[in-house]
Amino acid sequence: MSVTYCPSFSFRRIGAMVLRHWYLLRSSWPRLFELMYWPMVQMFMWGFLQLGVARQTGTFVAATATFLAAFFLWDALFRGQLGFSMSFLEEMWARNLANLMITPLRPIEFVLSLMAMSVIRLMVGFLPVTIVAIWFFGFNLWGLGVALAIFFANLFLTAWAVGMLCSGLVLRNGMGAEGLAWSLMFILLPLACVYYPVTTLPVWVQPVACALPPTAVFEGMRALVLEQTFRPDLMAWAFGLNVLWFAAGAFSFFWLLRGAREVGSLISVGE
Amino acid sequence: MKDRTTLPAIEASRLLKRYGDSAAVNAISFAVGTGSITGLLGGNGAGKTTTIGMIMGLVAPTSGSVKVFGADMAREPYRSLYRMNFESPYVDLPHRLTVRENLKVFGLLYGLDNIADRIARLADVLDLTEFLDRAAGKISAGQKTRVALAKALINEPDLLVLDEPTASLDPDTADWIRGHLERYRAEKNATILLASHNMYEVERLCDRVIMMKRGNIVDDGAPESLIARYGRQNLEEVFLDIARARRQPKLEKDAAE
Repeated sequence: MSVTYCPSFSFRRIGAMVLRHWYLLRSSWPRLFELMYWPMVQMFMWGFLQLGVARQTGTFVAATATFLAAFFLWDALFRGQLGFSMSFLEEMWARNLANLMITPLRPIEFVLSLMAMSVIRLMVGFLPVTIVAIWFFGFNLWGLGVALAIFFANLFLTAWAVGMLCSGLVLRNGMGAEGLAWSLMFILLPLACVYYPVTTLPVWVQPVACALPPTAVFEGMRALVLEQTFRPDLMAWAFGLNVLWFAAGAFSFFWLLRGAREVGSLISVGE
Repeated sequence: MKDRTTLPAIEASRLLKRYGDSAAVNAISFAVGTGSITGLLGGNGAGKTTTIGMIMGLVAPTSGSVKVFGADMAREPYRSLYRMNFESPYVDLPHRLTVRENLKVFGLLYGLDNIADRIARLADVLDLTEFLDRAAGKISAGQKTRVALAKALINEPDLLVLDEPTASLDPDTADWIRGHLERYRAEKNATILLASHNMYEVERLCDRVIMMKRGNIVDDGAPESLIARYGRQNLEEVFLDIARARRQPKLEKDAAE
């Protein structure tokens, strides 16, 4: 019965970690509720703002629909990262990390399971909210079709890059760094031009904004909603930047994990 | 497999761990033979946890090396991790998952084929059946220890590292756990490394004791030979002699007299 063979990569081990987090979500209605609560609140806020603006200014509905589309894409970016980081933090809160680190689970498998969980957690909250948006505001996010999948792919790559950085910082520095999981992504909010075009920013800030992968996604979304034009150039730019961001995020995670082994923080999880 | 019988289970060589200017573990060397139960003893801050951390690959040594079944745990831990497991009251299992769910997840992580059967066997042997479907956070301290032991045995490890396995248990449950560990070693020829502050437990279970103080190994031997060398009645008195530096061991020939 003893285990006599241990492959260097195993989808089964990734599946085990996804199952572990699925068990957790399934057992805790507050966790499930929280996944839907904020997206729902924000969707209503932006939806009514959109209606108010349209009524007061007589703006074409498509123009104001960018609010809701921008909200959904920003939420995918933020909650994609939060889903990654929260799944990681659950291991820290449960004091389970040392148990995992002494199993054959490779760090790359751990990271892949966190990515899978970020998608699952986002979808659990996202699907009902997008359906309510159709019913309440006549806005169908899924109507963006293939473009939406490309937007999502790019946003998830950014979310995972930031999630890996946050998780690595918590690994290396302890739970004192957990606040980064909620706050780090917000530094992108003004610079990524979620609700306004890049040209709104001061000229000297625009190059910084253009170096952020989500900026190209939000510009691409506005082109699609306002001009019904899909911009492959923007998506290619976003993807190129994301390759760099993802590589930097992965490097930081593995480097900080190595640092955690050096300072002994894997056996002394705490502040 | 050749290395299961010819290599020591654990081989530490000039193992050093520094945190800043202080050495938590100070260039210690020791080997633990396959099939033995070895106690790692010492007061708080002696370096036991750091040593265990390096054996498990959780802490990187500053210099030196520790090999488990021939694999350097700082460089190639995954060559041996699947043959090892660990239990400590300071490491938890997720509280919201049931005992069965926890064991299933760890069974999958260790690549077990027939996990349901393995869980059923462990539940039977460790008397978990009654609370197998209860949340791990809602069982008593004694039950938690048995579940943690079940987790540590899920892959039938060749090396079992235990950090205070009977801490906070009533004498009956603690005795029962010790009996189970003795049987497991006998059945599997498993190696057990045990850190404990319970000297009765160490005397009962261990073939050999490594005494640590301030990061150094200060003595090493079978419990009865240590007791004889220090001229004491039991291991607890030897521990206090070492911790308080109040008595030096007799020379071997004096102890023999």
